[in-house]
Amino acid sequence: MDVTYVIENTFAQLVGRNACYYAIAAIGLNVQFGYTGLLNFGQAAFMAAGAYGLGMTVSVLGVSLWWGIILGVAYSIVLGLLMGIPTLRLRADYLAIVTIAAAEIVRLVVRSVKFRDTFGGTDGLKDFARPFQNIGADIGLEPAKTYGFWAFKFSGKDLWVLIVGWSLVVIFGVFVWLLMRSPWGRVLKAIREDEDAVRSLGKNVYSYKMQALIMGGVIGTFGGMILALGTANVQPDNFSRDLTFFILTGLVLGGVAKVTGSIVGPMLFWAIYAFIESVLRELVRDGPLRWGGRTIIQSTQVGQVVFMFMGAMLIALMAFRPQGLFGNRRELAFDGR
Amino acid sequence: MDAESLAPSLSETARIARQALSDVAPEPGVHKPDPILKAVGVRRNFGGITAVDVDRVEVQRGSITALIGPNGAGKTTFFNLVTGFDKPDAGNWSFDGESMEGVASHKMAARGMVRTFQLTKSLTRLAVIENMKLGATGQRGEKWWNGLLPGTWRSQEAEIEQRADELLARFKLHHMRDEYAGSLSGGQRKLLEMARALMTNPTLVMLDEPMAGVNPALKQSLNEHVRGLRDDGMTVLFVEHDMDMVHDISDWVIVMAEGRVIAEGTPDDIATNTDVIDAYLGAHQGLSLLEDEL
Repeated sequence: MDVTYVIENTFAQLVGRNACYYAIAAIGLNVQFGYTGLLNFGQAAFMAAGAYGLGMTVSVLGVSLWWGIILGVAYSIVLGLLMGIPTLRLRADYLAIVTIAAAEIVRLVVRSVKFRDTFGGTDGLKDFARPFQNIGADIGLEPAKTYGFWAFKFSGKDLWVLIVGWSLVVIFGVFVWLLMRSPWGRVLKAIREDEDAVRSLGKNVYSYKMQALIMGGVIGTFGGMILALGTANVQPDNFSRDLTFFILTGLVLGGVAKVTGSIVGPMLFWAIYAFIESVLRELVRDGPLRWGGRTIIQSTQVGQVVFMFMGAMLIALMAFRPQGLFGNRRELAFDGR
Repeated sequence: MDAESLAPSLSETARIARQALSDVAPEPGVHKPDPILKAVGVRRNFGGITAVDVDRVEVQRGSITALIGPNGAGKTTFFNLVTGFDKPDAGNWSFDGESMEGVASHKMAARGMVRTFQLTKSLTRLAVIENMKLGATGQRGEKWWNGLLPGTWRSQEAEIEQRADELLARFKLHHMRDEYAGSLSGGQRKLLEMARALMTNPTLVMLDEPMAGVNPALKQSLNEHVRGLRDDGMTVLFVEHDMDMVHDISDWVIVMAEGRVIAEGTPDDIATNTDVIDAYLGAHQGLSLLEDEL
């Protein structure tokens, strides 16, 4: 087994593109789920809003790429209102059902044949990221050249995406950290605990929940934009249910209601994923892995087996460290409402 | 009954409240000299059941008024209706002379009406002091754009924190200031909820079963705190099953049964009212509702 390959791959994924856009989306999800207690199972739809906002600019609408940022944010505000207006007055479970359904509706609409001219159907949208890539080239990052050291080697094109992406992680991280130390954040946390008590103290709970839903969604939208710019295309099936649940897994891994948890969790999620996958790939490199005359695993099965391990890990995490890596176990002890 | 004949242990405000109510006839729906809360024709149906059907009820300003009645009498539903947590099928009410019809529950606190809950709602994963600070109304930092700029709310926050600390000291919770509210005992949670409600600077405090699940030693101190609210100029309306507490601290008692107000009067009027004893015990047994007279 090539140990260097496994280690380098693991560390590269720790700060890679996947970890980056997951972290942005998880910061947003944390505002909703971690701090306010809103079960948003549709974060993928907010990310799709950002990705399609960018994707539709050049090729469909014929406007500059930068309008895509405004467009994406506008889409996700509309989406948040559509999800929130009917459900935020009801119990938390209804929001969960509506968000998961809304996310699927968004995905099925953008991949439909009917709207192929607008959203590109299953092929999605491409040829929009050029203006963004050009800026990277202009500041001196040659797209094809490799930069970095040891495990952290990226092409100029990728490095530019990573610089912008991780800057957004820092900006949103500080943004949420500041907000959660303010009286506004205190109201959100109180709503998570008991919204009737907050209402009796004169706070408009519905309005605060809406603010949290939209703010988390808009932050998630920027995650979708980084995904779109990183791959230079937008595909509907990137925004399926798994995306939401992997982000949620990363968030829980790091620890909910902690800004550090929402950033480090997704990083570790992808590092662990890369580690397991690299080890398995190495094991089957010279043919199927056999033990006692039976085939344990072969190369075509690696993809699925990785997720079996991830699932087992998540179960172990919930059993032995339910507060995640950065969470506070004492808080968890008071969960009985 | 005039003020001089009352027990000398009564505070000045208690004398004033009892004096004001001394000329009020002990009958359901009677008019009070200076009502802070008025409810007229309030009705609420759940399916085919009429949970609340109150023709008229008034609460005298500056008094401690008890709302009692057997289980299922509609006391908590009435509370929910008055505080905007539930919507009536008919009727209207006014608070401090202003109609409260259709006013959302979160707007009540700003107008000076605050409530607590039968099942204590302490915000368990927030520190005690954070629970308290949440109660203050009109906080600039509760707008998210201000939240980003600590300069806009820091001075107000310091004032709020000082007031919260004073209240915590008064309710003897100061040693728990930085603990999670979830680590408080049941009785301490009742105290915290009451103290937190006071952070809104209310004129009417509505307590839903403040004594439920509280041990006898703490009951005495809770009684004192409720009296303290009246001494500070607030009006108190509370739902309670503990007849000794009702008799001890209230200036006026309203009795509900099967959704209707069946009796009103001073605690002494009520203790001997046969309708009330029938409502509680099913039939006239010649018994008293007070434990120490049994």
